[in-house]
Amino acid sequence: MKELSVSNLLGIKYLSAEDLHLIFETADQFKKVINRPIKKVPSLRDITIANLFFENSTRTRLSFELAEKRLSADVINFSASSSSVSKGETLIDTVNNILAMKVDMVVMRHPNPGAGVFLSKHVNASIVNAGDGAHEHPTQALLDVFSIREKYGDISGKKIVIVGDIMHSRVALSNIFALKKLGAEVKVCGPNSLMPKHIESLGVKVESNLIKALEWCDIANMLRVQHERMEHSYFPSTREYVQQYGVNKTLLETLSKPITIMHPGPINRGVEITSDVADSEHSIILNQVENGVAIRMAVMYLLASKIKNYEN
Amino acid sequence: MSQKLLLNAKEINIILQRLACQLVENHKNFENSALIGIQPRGSFLANRLYDILKKDYGLTSLNYGKLDITFYRDDFRRGDKVLKASETDIDFIVENKHVVLIDDVLFTGRSIRSALTALQSFGRPSKIELLTLIDRRFSRHLPIQPDYNGRKVDAINDEHVKVCWIENDGEDAIYLLKN
Repeated sequence: MKELSVSNLLGIKYLSAEDLHLIFETADQFKKVINRPIKKVPSLRDITIANLFFENSTRTRLSFELAEKRLSADVINFSASSSSVSKGETLIDTVNNILAMKVDMVVMRHPNPGAGVFLSKHVNASIVNAGDGAHEHPTQALLDVFSIREKYGDISGKKIVIVGDIMHSRVALSNIFALKKLGAEVKVCGPNSLMPKHIESLGVKVESNLIKALEWCDIANMLRVQHERMEHSYFPSTREYVQQYGVNKTLLETLSKPITIMHPGPINRGVEITSDVADSEHSIILNQVENGVAIRMAVMYLLASKIKNYEN
Repeated sequence: MSQKLLLNAKEINIILQRLACQLVENHKNFENSALIGIQPRGSFLANRLYDILKKDYGLTSLNYGKLDITFYRDDFRRGDKVLKASETDIDFIVENKHVVLIDDVLFTGRSIRSALTALQSFGRPSKIELLTLIDRRFSRHLPIQPDYNGRKVDAINDEHVKVCWIENDGEDAIYLLKN
């Protein structure tokens, strides 16, 4: 039986290339399911999933919740702002209290890097990391790579540049892991102040000139400038950032070949990319969102198969 | 492990011709009917019948599809069944159609039950029939019987019926395997 090598999805770092292929092949079928007249399968009808969001999220939470419901799982939602976390409860206590209500799987977003890994060592449930600080956001990387695979057929040998705030981006780190595992070439591009030291040790090249980076690549993944994670200024002004690292239509037209534009959302229109780029034929931003549901269904389906409630 | 030949290529061909004939008898020109093979193994049988109906009976506009039941199984997390789904390919409207589900071996009936649930996701057929090549009677877990059947086989539980198709296994043959 083909199954995942892990029982939690804590980060792409812990997955093998075979795991990635299995997730993609399963997501192919789930994508068909969510385009049927009845978009639901009964696979997870005896599984309860808790969505614990200790940090704000709209798209990821909705996408997970929809994926869970399409798999027929029972879903409970929790957001930190309306909970006992504000009364001083620890993470392990919060989660164990929820698990005491017979929850099988936990989808968690947390502002602290490593929160998922920490939790997986202390509680007895499948953990899906939905973003932990600036560490990893595995399902986003999976859906990004799945979207590239959908358009190009294969990841191996493709040239991808990740542009923007690399330092604060969990999307960048997870994408780098996933793309490298599947044999893609990756460059990162952004202001030096937002470039982590030793990023080359992950096997990526740094390019500070946007035009050179775009000319080199097949696909550009434009990250959002995360104002909320910046305690102090990393660049003089948004206007200056836009001039150096913003992508607009005129710029794309000067390139020798068309490139595919991706963005993990939410877009700061007019900052990372202009509206005409976001809505152009070369943008696959909305495909990414659709694929997000299929990918999350695949991940939870494959993880749920490892929860043994029924001993044979 | 020992194996016994149940049916050879010639016998399988006679059965396929007979099953196609029975389908035509009930479905006439297949105007409002559809053949759906259950993935993965049922699709080989469905392909063969589809070819016979096209060639020998001149039925050119047949509704023909493949249905994967992996996500609808009732033994998810209960055994070591395959997790990975095969292709589902149904490019016609199932609503109000007279559907024939096609599978190679009818054993416990659980796959067919899953297929009935899976089919509901595509609409409400007016009628569903079941066609199988081998009916392992006496081993049913559910009250499901075929409407068209190739051969009845009495096999005990540790025996296994293996259906081989030339396009997949190099020969047309059906074996009974004993552990």
